[in-house]
Amino acid sequence: MSTYIHNFFAYKELLKELVRRDIKIKYRRSVLGILWSVLNPLGMMVIMSVVFSHVFRGNIENFPVYLMCGQIIFNFYNEASSVAMGSILGNAALIRKVYVPKYLFPMSKVCSCFVNLLTSFIALLIVIVFTGTKLSWTVLLIFIPILYVFLFSLGMGLLLSALVVAFRDLMHLYGVLLTAWLYLTPIFYPVEILPGWVKTIVGLNPLTNIITMLRELIMYGALPGMMLHVKCIISCLTALVLGIVVFHKQQDTFILKV
Amino acid sequence: MNEPIIEVNDVSVMFRLYRERVDGIKEFVIKKIKNQIAYDEFWALKDIHFYVGRGEAIGLVGRNGSGKSTLLKTIAGVLKPTRGNVKIRGTVAPMIELGAGFDMELTAAENVFLNGAILGYPREMLEENMEKIIEFSELRDFMDVPIKNFSSGMFARLGFAVATIYTPDILIVDEILSVGDWQFQEKCQRRIHEMLEQGTTLLFVSHSMEQVKSICNRAILINHGEMMLDDSVDKVWERYNQL
Repeated sequence: MSTYIHNFFAYKELLKELVRRDIKIKYRRSVLGILWSVLNPLGMMVIMSVVFSHVFRGNIENFPVYLMCGQIIFNFYNEASSVAMGSILGNAALIRKVYVPKYLFPMSKVCSCFVNLLTSFIALLIVIVFTGTKLSWTVLLIFIPILYVFLFSLGMGLLLSALVVAFRDLMHLYGVLLTAWLYLTPIFYPVEILPGWVKTIVGLNPLTNIITMLRELIMYGALPGMMLHVKCIISCLTALVLGIVVFHKQQDTFILKV
Repeated sequence: MNEPIIEVNDVSVMFRLYRERVDGIKEFVIKKIKNQIAYDEFWALKDIHFYVGRGEAIGLVGRNGSGKSTLLKTIAGVLKPTRGNVKIRGTVAPMIELGAGFDMELTAAENVFLNGAILGYPREMLEENMEKIIEFSELRDFMDVPIKNFSSGMFARLGFAVATIYTPDILIVDEILSVGDWQFQEKCQRRIHEMLEQGTTLLFVSHSMEQVKSICNRAILINHGEMMLDDSVDKVWERYNQL
């Protein structure tokens, strides 16, 4: 174990460098640069608000903020898990030539998406100010759901990146799964309108819990209950343990399969 | 003190050669049900055993496909041996391919940091040595150009400059000196000699006997994954010609 930790610190420079590369490439040759990370969720929010506030009129108070909380978390998970998934295959040339701890690749992808997540919180802040949402001190605790979604995405990223090396078609399957996942996450609808069995599924969705927690902290000034924390921690731990175990078992075969 | 810096203990590497590539869930399930997952075993290396002392320069020679690169990869830690083990005492700079970690979209300067980090060099050290890297690679006017616009020679120059900026305990060089013009090749050889004088241990693969003769003091001949001979460069060369 101590050698693992030592190894991690030896390569933290590389992790930084990989994240730096992703961010640089993403914003290179775009005039607005990092502003896109703010404008993109804002634009989506405006469109979705116009569409959905007419469909579900009166159901949700302060719809723009409600929507945005869900959207930010889901988009982060969506992006992070998808790019992490392809990270081992994408770095095949490197894996075949030089020894580097392989978990750095999915990890760096999740970290660079995390930087985007933080910038999209600027967009959320703009919406909060614009809609005149009253914040309470609980907003200071939003790092907790952010940490949960980071850990959950990291676990899933490790798991998916290892599996996709053996089964390439997983990429397409996961795309479909993500679409289903999007609709099974209460981003633009309230959980209450769902029929019984769908409600159960949505309730078991780890992202639902994380989003609910974020909304409680930002919109309702409430402290999330113990039960919600337990649910979030269980899903994060499950994803992380599963991801680490599968990745660890598979990593020596990467070089033969990529 | 006289412990060998590299110990290669009875290393064997086996690859599975699948008759058909199965890399999707659908195919896997179908083949599994029909029990059709068949593969041949191919031993790329068989019981390779040798020690390398500190400061030695060893040439690995052998025909194409004899297992030289596989051996270097197991020593570099990229590939785990199926049987046996490799013990390394010190830092390794693998030059199995120059610029393996380069990102085409980044500029040359940015790639120096990325590639340096892959090789485990701290950023400050790279910043300090940037001038040396620029000078050695002769790319002063191109440091802010994305390297996708580079020629293969420029690529090799930058890769070599980054990898050798620091003197590692063990340097692994796999046929990389065949790129670039002869001036650059000579420059690389000079740099390798310099590193040898500073006590670096070298593992060198090349098909050019002159290079092996001028750099190495011991050679190992590999044929079909087996070690044929471990002796002086001249004797190994003689035997290699008889193959």
